[in-house]
Amino acid sequence: MKNPAGVSPVPVVKLEHITFKYGKVTALDDFSLEVKKGLLVGLIGPDGVGKSTMLSLVTGARAMQESGSITVLGGDMRDKEHREKVCPKIAYMPQGLGKNLYFTLTVEENLQFFGKLFGHDAAERRRRIDHLTRSTGLYNFLDRPAGKLSGGMKQKLGLCCSLIHDPDLLILDEPTTGVDPLARRQFWDLVDSVRAAQPEMTVIVATAYMDEAQRFQWLIAMDEGRILDTGTPEELLAKTSSSNLDEAFIKLLPPSRREGHKTLTVPPLSNDGEEKIAIEATGLTKKFGSFTAVDHVSFRIREGEIFGFLGSNGCGKTTTMRMLTGLMTPSEGSAELFGKPIDAENMDTRLKLGYMTQLFSLYNELTIRQNLMLYARLYRIAESEVNPRVDEMLNRFGLVPYADDTPQSLPLGIKQRLSLAAAVIHRPQILILDEPTSGVDPVARDVFWELIIELSRRDKVTIFITTHFMNEAERCDRISLMHAGRSLACDTPANLVAERKAPTLEAAFIGYLEDADPASKEKITLEPVSAEDTAEEEKKKGLFTRIAESNNRNFSIQRLFCCCWREYLELMRDPIRATLAIFGALLLMLVMGFGISMDVEDLSFAVLDRDGSALSTNYALNIAGSRYFIEKPPIKNYDDLEKRLRSGELSLAIEIPPEFGKDVDAGRSPEVAFWIDGAMPSRAETVNGYVKSLHNQWLKERNEEHSHLKNQGKVKSATVETRYRYNPDVKSLPAMVPAVIPILLMMIPAILAALAVVREKEMGSIINLYVTPLTRSEFMIGKQLPYVLFSMLSALMLVTMSVTIFDVPVKGSLLTLLLALVLYSMCSTGIGLLASSVTRSQIAVIFMTMLGTMLPAVQFCGMIDPVTSQEGAGRIIGTLYPTTYMLLISRGVFNKALGFSDLHLQLLALAVTVPVVIWGGIMFLKKQEK
Amino acid sequence: MKQTLKNIFFLGVKELRGLARDYMLVALIVYAFSLGIYVTGNSTNDTITNAAIAVVDEDNTQLSKRIADAFFPPMFRRAEIIKLNEIDPAMDEGKYTFVLVIPAGFEEDVLAGREPVIQLNTDATRMSQAFSGAGYIQQIVEREINIFENKGRIPKVAVNNVVRNRYNANLTQSWFKAVMQLVNNITMLAIILTGAALIRERENGTLEHLLVMPVTPFEIMFSKVWSMLLVVLAASAVSLVVVIMQMLKVPVNGSFTLFFIGVALHLFAVTSLGIFLACVAQNMPQLGMLLILVLLPMQMLSGGSTPMESMPHWVQVVMQAAPTTHFVELCQAILFRGAGIGVVWLPFTALFIIGCVLFVFSLGRFRKSVAQ
Repeated sequence: MKNPAGVSPVPVVKLEHITFKYGKVTALDDFSLEVKKGLLVGLIGPDGVGKSTMLSLVTGARAMQESGSITVLGGDMRDKEHREKVCPKIAYMPQGLGKNLYFTLTVEENLQFFGKLFGHDAAERRRRIDHLTRSTGLYNFLDRPAGKLSGGMKQKLGLCCSLIHDPDLLILDEPTTGVDPLARRQFWDLVDSVRAAQPEMTVIVATAYMDEAQRFQWLIAMDEGRILDTGTPEELLAKTSSSNLDEAFIKLLPPSRREGHKTLTVPPLSNDGEEKIAIEATGLTKKFGSFTAVDHVSFRIREGEIFGFLGSNGCGKTTTMRMLTGLMTPSEGSAELFGKPIDAENMDTRLKLGYMTQLFSLYNELTIRQNLMLYARLYRIAESEVNPRVDEMLNRFGLVPYADDTPQSLPLGIKQRLSLAAAVIHRPQILILDEPTSGVDPVARDVFWELIIELSRRDKVTIFITTHFMNEAERCDRISLMHAGRSLACDTPANLVAERKAPTLEAAFIGYLEDADPASKEKITLEPVSAEDTAEEEKKKGLFTRIAESNNRNFSIQRLFCCCWREYLELMRDPIRATLAIFGALLLMLVMGFGISMDVEDLSFAVLDRDGSALSTNYALNIAGSRYFIEKPPIKNYDDLEKRLRSGELSLAIEIPPEFGKDVDAGRSPEVAFWIDGAMPSRAETVNGYVKSLHNQWLKERNEEHSHLKNQGKVKSATVETRYRYNPDVKSLPAMVPAVIPILLMMIPAILAALAVVREKEMGSIINLYVTPLTRSEFMIGKQLPYVLFSMLSALMLVTMSVTIFDVPVKGSLLTLLLALVLYSMCSTGIGLLASSVTRSQIAVIFMTMLGTMLPAVQFCGMIDPVTSQEGAGRIIGTLYPTTYMLLISRGVFNKALGFSDLHLQLLALAVTVPVVIWGGIMFLKKQEK
Repeated sequence: MKQTLKNIFFLGVKELRGLARDYMLVALIVYAFSLGIYVTGNSTNDTITNAAIAVVDEDNTQLSKRIADAFFPPMFRRAEIIKLNEIDPAMDEGKYTFVLVIPAGFEEDVLAGREPVIQLNTDATRMSQAFSGAGYIQQIVEREINIFENKGRIPKVAVNNVVRNRYNANLTQSWFKAVMQLVNNITMLAIILTGAALIRERENGTLEHLLVMPVTPFEIMFSKVWSMLLVVLAASAVSLVVVIMQMLKVPVNGSFTLFFIGVALHLFAVTSLGIFLACVAQNMPQLGMLLILVLLPMQMLSGGSTPMESMPHWVQVVMQAAPTTHFVELCQAILFRGAGIGVVWLPFTALFIIGCVLFVFSLGRFRKSVAQ
């Protein structure tokens, strides 16, 4: 075994008897391993054997289960303090393109973020970023958003972000999966130069590319959660007497797993009969604005041919495929399938086509059998044929053991086979496969290709496939090399190699790419730092390491602001969302301020006058004359009364009894009946109040006119004079506007903030919380601040609007109102974040936040009914929910001219809620993955 | 045609299976239709319940004491006697909604026929209580004075008025509130379920795959409509019968069949709205914002919180385009007033038209929104 000089014998990483299970599935089975310092270690093995699990346990990103122990850099990884101490020394790049990056942020901003997290000052960050990006060729792309980089560049940026804090242990999980050969070569050159500059650093890499494994100093071959063997590549080759590592690995597998694997040969494409063209593209072009994704690409593909499409990420391969499937319409040029132009609406064309996307497009919520059944039925397979065909597919693609599992629990290789099965279930004549083998291990890839070859040669299916693997490209009948939307070359693999006089297809490919883009030729090296610089750097490094360490355990304001700054940038990068948030609040305020009205007016009523005397008419007129009521045609009889009340036409029906006039004159006190529609009780209540006062009014007037009628008695001996305080005209607007502000400032900031954490969980960047010194409180509070700021901005606009547009002035202390709004904004964004840290999916968090804000804020907090007159759970919610107190403050300041001393209790209530909500959010967030 | 129906059926079954596996979502749905409605129904009261009242008695006579003593639960709390200088701070604090001030020499003035004035201070920021509460207090005061003047007998008036509240004799607020909460939850759930499910499917790439298959956007959309419609319809049926009728004891007068046809029509309209929003929004956070912008006014201005006729004319016109307005109308008519098809055909038609317009509009945007 190689053991570079000056390396201490103490292992950097030591795993003892680790067992890890996901539910019933065992990922690691009594796994033990020691890794020595300064080595470049390769972890090889098929998908789903526990490589990623092992690596994430070592970094501390995933919480350990009960058994075993892990020692990393001289400490126990179960120990929280040790984890916090060593995490700045470990760098981790998770699986997947740019999983630890923020796609809306630029290259510079991503690097700045990581630099800040590790406590470097501005000058130091500049120096490091410039140094890293200059030597990786990213320097010219500092302003480009990470999401717009090609796959290779994303991975380089990911590596730069990992390297920015000089880790002692670098862990890369399949860093080159889905990356084209040129970018892959550049990536490994970069790793080599990093190691040359820092020989002390240990690097552990998981990979599915066996040709890469050759570079590593020490290999660990894994299968089914156990180690098959370890050793240098030479040792493994010698042990298995193999010529290459692919072969060696397969020989290391136990016989049961090796079964059925054979070396693939591609029978030549038969040339009998006339040539039938399956796909023909002529000058195919697609433009997105000024960007040309596909630039005049032409090809003709014969029936039964396997046509390979190669090129770097973002070179237009996927766009070309989407045009062939009819998902996109070409900007120029044309494409034909079997001589017919592609028509998105033509179902017959679609029946001839099978398509497999990069994302596999499976329904994770259905089992494998259910997925296939669905596809079979959608592809119009006769109902009697569905079951036999699904069984046939399950058998042919080796899916029988997994038939009742859901895809998300299965390794990539199985998903890929399922996806292919779904694509060919209707026996299509053309199969379009978009990077079907990315991230799939060698054994599974060979099985997959066996199926492809069989489909092509036996069933005469035309296959259009994109890939990054050169050994796969060699199996194609013809390949086309794409770069920046153009086709560089198109021929058989052998001819291409011959033309470039290159030793391998990979070399030929890289040659073409370098010709097309001379800049990529530049050799990548991490420039060695000169002696002076090194001394300087050491000094600085020492200083910063110390700062970083001292900050490490405690709360760091710098890291908090760093999180805050990043969240702010992300918010600003989605201008539609920000605009909706700001102007949405104003629009809602307009609509609700003018729309919600407690004044009940224009109530419809009708009279059933069974007397018809002058007096009864007079009585009815009294009501009709009020501004609250609108009279409808008279009611004819009881049936009519019933019908019109039921239809909602009338809110009030008045029945005046026969002999009304006579009875009044005779002093017999007849009864007038008021029938009120009680369907909406609050309205009925108001109607009730109106009619009573109108009735009394009428009595009084009549009394005055007939003052000689002493026997009627006085109607009024005293007057009750009602003073409507704070809102003398009893208008809705002055009461509603101060109430709408707290409602809006609860819902909008909450829903804005609610997606903050869940989105990181879904996108994967939450990993940065797990593996950097970032603490949960820094993460949460940092995230919260931009939203508080945002909320305050809309609060200021809402207050301005109420003063100017609604003419509802702030009578009391504006300062108190603003202070309350700041506290309240913290509550509402905190509630959003709390929901976000509890849930896992974006749908659930939206739903939860809606339920958790709209219902209590509108119903229980006193906007319409005061909290004091609520009962039961509603009363409790109303008492606890912050909106209640904000409403009191808002109405107090706006309507009642109150100040700080009058409202200090309500302010205190808000101030107490803030830490409770924030603490709740932090508690539910986990610092490690389960 | 047969194939279209088959596709719609199988795609819809897929939606249902997907929902069944999202336990969190199922839990939230169950909550929204059980506890969520029960709590609302159980905590809201009649407009005037436990209204806080205080009396400043400067007269301190038999009559003034009689008045101060005349307020009883459930409508009012017993009146607290306070001093004149306590009025302002107490009302500022929101301690009392009403403060009645009986001036010195009140009884004497009444007996002398000088028509003295009692001042009633009302906290007008509490809109729902202020107005009708003031009316009740006025009546109570007048009654007490009359009884006092007539030496304990209730006096005779020229005309008596008898008020009969139809469909809800005691004007129990909880009946209305519970049903309106059901209405709100139906709307919210249907929009979120369809809108968010569509965005998720787009982000996962499965939607793109469907469009390569012999499946039309119409089939994809309609399958989402019927499956979510079924879920929400079932949830609301259980909620209506178990929570609202059994647990909250709300008497429901109208025809169930008619009501559920109405719910189905409403769901057609709001699920179409959900799809429409998902076609407009580019990602989940944007959808979240759009949801608030649409849901909040739809809920507040539908006539379910405050009466439609008291809104400004332009709001009434605009709200005719919102499905909730018609749904609230038909719910009130059928469930409380027991109205038949002769009455509710209009909102039924309106819902159907709104649904069709939204559906057709989304259909136009559907393919574009996937291919972007």
